[in-house]
Amino acid sequence: MALSAAEVSTSGAARYARRWARAIARRAFVPMSSDQVERLLTAHAVGLAEALAADEFSDERARDVGRALVEANLTEPGTLGWSVKAVAEHLVDDVVPGLDLPDLPGRLAESQAALAEGFAWALRDRTFAQQERISRSAWEARDQVEQALRDSEARFRAVFSGAAIGIGLADLSGNVVDVNQAFADMLGYSREEMREINVSVLFHAEDGPDVRQLYEELIEGKRDRVRLEKRYFRKDGSELWTDLAVSLIRHDDGRPRFTVAMVQDITERYALQQRLRFQALHDPLTGLPNRTLFFERLETVMQDPAHDRRVGVCFLDLDGFKAINDTLGHDVGDKLLIVVARRLAEAVAGAGHLVARMGGDEFVILVADVDQDGTAVQVAEAALRAVAEPVYIGAHQLSVSASVGIVDRFVTDGAATDLMKAADTTLYWAKAEGGRGRWARYDPERAAREATSTALAAALPAALSRDEFVVEYQPIVSLGDGTMRAVEALVRWQHPTLGLLQPDQFIGLAEETGLITRLGQWVLERSCVEAGRWHAEFPRARLVVSVNLSARQASDPDIVEHVAAALRVGGLPPELLQLELTESAVMATGGEPVRALRRLANTGVRLAIDDFGTGYSNLAYLRQLPIHTLKLAGPFVDGMRAQDPASVVAERIVDALVRLAHALGLSVTAESVESLEQVERLTALGCDSGQGLYFGTPAAPGTITGMLQKRELPAG
Amino acid sequence: MEQSRALPTEVDLTRPSAARVYDYFLGGAHNFEIDRQLAEQIAAMTPNLADTMRAGRAFLRRAVAELSRLGVDQFLDIGSGIPTVGNVHEVAQEINPEARIVYVDIDPVAVAHSRSILEGNPRTAVIQADMRDPEHILREARATGLIDFAKPVGVLLAGVVHFVPDSDDPDRLMAALRDAVPAGSYLVISHSTYEDQPQEMLDAQKLSARTATEITLRSKAQVTAFFGEFELVEPGVVHMPLWRPESPDDVDEHPERFGAFGGVGRKPVAG
Repeated sequence: MALSAAEVSTSGAARYARRWARAIARRAFVPMSSDQVERLLTAHAVGLAEALAADEFSDERARDVGRALVEANLTEPGTLGWSVKAVAEHLVDDVVPGLDLPDLPGRLAESQAALAEGFAWALRDRTFAQQERISRSAWEARDQVEQALRDSEARFRAVFSGAAIGIGLADLSGNVVDVNQAFADMLGYSREEMREINVSVLFHAEDGPDVRQLYEELIEGKRDRVRLEKRYFRKDGSELWTDLAVSLIRHDDGRPRFTVAMVQDITERYALQQRLRFQALHDPLTGLPNRTLFFERLETVMQDPAHDRRVGVCFLDLDGFKAINDTLGHDVGDKLLIVVARRLAEAVAGAGHLVARMGGDEFVILVADVDQDGTAVQVAEAALRAVAEPVYIGAHQLSVSASVGIVDRFVTDGAATDLMKAADTTLYWAKAEGGRGRWARYDPERAAREATSTALAAALPAALSRDEFVVEYQPIVSLGDGTMRAVEALVRWQHPTLGLLQPDQFIGLAEETGLITRLGQWVLERSCVEAGRWHAEFPRARLVVSVNLSARQASDPDIVEHVAAALRVGGLPPELLQLELTESAVMATGGEPVRALRRLANTGVRLAIDDFGTGYSNLAYLRQLPIHTLKLAGPFVDGMRAQDPASVVAERIVDALVRLAHALGLSVTAESVESLEQVERLTALGCDSGQGLYFGTPAAPGTITGMLQKRELPAG
Repeated sequence: MEQSRALPTEVDLTRPSAARVYDYFLGGAHNFEIDRQLAEQIAAMTPNLADTMRAGRAFLRRAVAELSRLGVDQFLDIGSGIPTVGNVHEVAQEINPEARIVYVDIDPVAVAHSRSILEGNPRTAVIQADMRDPEHILREARATGLIDFAKPVGVLLAGVVHFVPDSDDPDRLMAALRDAVPAGSYLVISHSTYEDQPQEMLDAQKLSARTATEITLRSKAQVTAFFGEFELVEPGVVHMPLWRPESPDDVDEHPERFGAFGGVGRKPVAG
């Protein structure tokens, strides 16, 4: 084992390694610093050189170097090429300069071969190992993913099959892929049957176009989920209401893939909702829509923006229903309402008109489209005919009728509430016209007049306490000597906004409301006070004040006391007070007023019949009454005009009346005397006194006082 | 959502994987025919790419070694791929045997592979996660028990952020990672760029984007911005070979030809 003469050069080995390292670095990833690489390669260079120079050559060292290169990840094929080439070209010169052995070329060749062999074996082993490792890793990863998927799938399966809600999966063509048992049970199919179904079979015309459109948008990927209440039909045809949520499952790249439906059976809740809604909007007795639903519909119609749309309402009320309830009992009354409701519905609901019960025995028909003027009237007449058929309830045969108030107008003419108020008013008109089974149609002008009257009637009591009434006096003059014998007291209402109102504008209202008693008493007292003053000032004038007495006052048991009190307060002698009663007030009543009249007459008060000739006087009866004067009604005097052939007739009538009155011992006053000619004729016929424009219009008390003063002056 | 991101939906071996292509470029055999085909296609279009990858790997090695010498003993390597040799744990543990490393990758095969080679190394762990979900990464990293987020951490993002397009808001992801670590922690980033690149290179890059995972090239300023409030250590964000080369031989005549910037930043003490 003697060493050869040539020594290994350390610096030469480093030089060799540096060149080697550079060659490698250009070709491959070196996971070390340059220093590390060079140190490593220097060791390899020394090793190779020592083996080459050894007494006994072995290629083992070169084989190790080849293997070590691979282990250091210096695996790039070019690395091997350079390494092999460098052994032959530079190793001896660089690391063992001067080495000279006879078999040196053979040793170099064997070194090269061993290095390449070691490199190749190591690279092959490493490649096998890495390939195996990466393959195993791939399979492990796949297993892991699959295990995760299986776990996930198992969890999903548990949810899917155990869920109380129905879950179903369908592809984009609508074919059901799978459903859980809950879904199948809800619809009454087996899961196998469900899997044969296409989703489109589960759609229905009643679903409305929205549902199908939502589904289309879902499968086209325009939306990800849909939630709605949807009706299904079970296999047996029964109805199932569900709360349905459908979600879209997409592919990884976003394309739609499946739909998942989750359904909950809400049939009971839905039915309850429907029932509650029906109850809220229908009358429990008759099953007809109630006023809430009616107003809902009416409002809908009224909100139609079309300006020329007309709407009609027929407000119907049974005639005399209270009597049926009172005499036959509420049970029969209710049954009658049920029959009437059914008939109304049959008669007009078929034509598309809504019939509703407003309450009690009131029904209302909404004529949503009045295409021509008479439509609403036709509907009302149909309703009246339907009601008029006899109704049999138990043993009773009832003859029923109704009255109808009709309003039809443009939808733009006011609010629904105004329309209903008008209908109510019109129904009242229909009723007020008397008969049964009548209809009336709304008349805006009449309504306006009535509204004014109503307002006046309402204001009357306050007006009386606020002293808004005044009394004017119209002279009544003797036709014989032309002197003023009496004045008629006439009440006026000094209305704060409407001005001076004449009696015909409010006396009727006062009579209707009963205020006439207080108003009449007030006029009586005021007149007595004024007349008392005249009497005190002008006792010789003997001026009579004539006051109207309403029928109601006349029938008041205390009228005699009231009159006596007024006379006392005014300081007026009874013979200077004349009370005017209308024919009807005197005649229509039997004993009591007549007794009162006698008692009044007994106090010395004069009594007159106003507007004589316009009523139906019982002439025989007239004779028994304690009457002093007849006031001829205006129309008789109006008829007495010159050149009018009819005036001859009027004159004869007046002549006859005057004779009659005189025959009964009554004096006669002519009203509405307007001309001298009339005065002359009336005088010729023997009429006692006259009243009218010719003698003076109604005037304030001061005016009368003035007239009385003027008359006294010539004498005084 | 979290579940779906954490769980891979499939392992498709008929499609190439970025991690395996990378391994091929580094001379590994942890790859399949489909990966090698793609690698050869890319190499044909961008001849420098293999060099870029090697340079990136070298940059990472230098940075980890530097951090280890500075006393950092826990690392979070996001986008670790298939480590053949010169792995972070090898580099770090050579300097400090106590160093702990958590690898993160999105590729389930890469993760399985990492687990197999790290078997028996108790100071390492592997997480499968998407870097677009930093909260998930941080939660899983804590769960390994290897990283103490109260102490400085080396967060490594080597050649990975350019896989995140702007539409995924990389600034937010980076901020989440920066916020998760305490002062004294380091951030290591290498990132492909279009700056200083010849036109034909950029054209080729566009072409390669069609076949491989899309890469978003960014400017030096954009890469620098990823460091946020972190203070860059010398020499800042530079072409990778210029970052603290170990010998003059390491520096190529044209360091820009590697087409990527590298940099290291340190989180300052707050306030």
